[in-house]
Amino acid sequence: MRNPANAALDAVDRRLMVATQAGLPRVSRPYDLLAAELGIDAAEVLTRLQRMLDSGVIRRIGAVPNHYAIGYTANGMSVWNVDDRRVDALGAQIGALDFVTHCYRRPRRMPQWPYNLFAMVHGPDRAEVEAKAARIALLLGDACAAHEVLYSTEILKKTGLRISG
Amino acid sequence: MHDAAALDDVDRRLINAMQGDFPLVAEPYRAVAEMLGLSETELLTRLDSLLARRVLTRFGPMFQIERAGGAFVLAAMVVADEDLARVSDQVNAFPEVAHNYRREHEFNMWFVLATATREGIPDAIARIEQATGLPVFAFPKEREYFVGMKLRA
Repeated sequence: MRNPANAALDAVDRRLMVATQAGLPRVSRPYDLLAAELGIDAAEVLTRLQRMLDSGVIRRIGAVPNHYAIGYTANGMSVWNVDDRRVDALGAQIGALDFVTHCYRRPRRMPQWPYNLFAMVHGPDRAEVEAKAARIALLLGDACAAHEVLYSTEILKKTGLRISG
Repeated sequence: MHDAAALDDVDRRLINAMQGDFPLVAEPYRAVAEMLGLSETELLTRLDSLLARRVLTRFGPMFQIERAGGAFVLAAMVVADEDLARVSDQVNAFPEVAHNYRREHEFNMWFVLATATREGIPDAIARIEQATGLPVFAFPKEREYFVGMKLRA
């Protein structure tokens, strides 16, 4: 289990975050390059990255795909009103479906918002997203009282996360 | 918009293999390349190309700001169509607003707030409500079941 108490970051960790927030250098020895930039040795870069992975400050080191460029232009946020006693077991199953990219439990906002399970579904068109939502509905069965799929129609703003050094 | 068909099987395997667990070794690209049966040069060339074509938006550490003392929250508003341009400008003017999507629903504006401290979230919400004159509904994640993408390769 990840321990948030381990997550205390010092100034060097923060410099490492700032140095890598645009991405990891794409050279043969990327950690050596970061070490040279920060004025520490490469072993320390690796130790610090490992520590941040262990504490969860870094979720993972990897690639972030752009759904639109991959051809998944229909982006549906499916939201489900699922029995609180069963939502965690079912949420794990839905998160494991190959077409679900994000899956979370969130609070209801009654009376306006009865949905507690959010699953982002991507597809080349809405018909495909609807078909995938139908598979989720099947999996949830009688644990789900109602659902909707909210399609995005416009990106009003998209800036990455920015941390100041 | 790029043609989805421009991705070949190697690209798809590369995207699947590079979404996590990037090795913490001196020559990590070589290690991944060997796993995929590629040369290091080919892997780096493909990775550069995928980023340049925006098939990938980023390659590197994904920080969980919550673990560093900060916070992320999904929030939504109900905005009348005639107010959408004004409210969108007001909301987007906040540096704490990272993404903002218009969606087809009564709850038609969905954005992500990112703040350096946990207290920053209620503070930003209060300021957005004041600026727009509309309520903001916060949907903090209570449990995460999955984040990622699985491509058929």
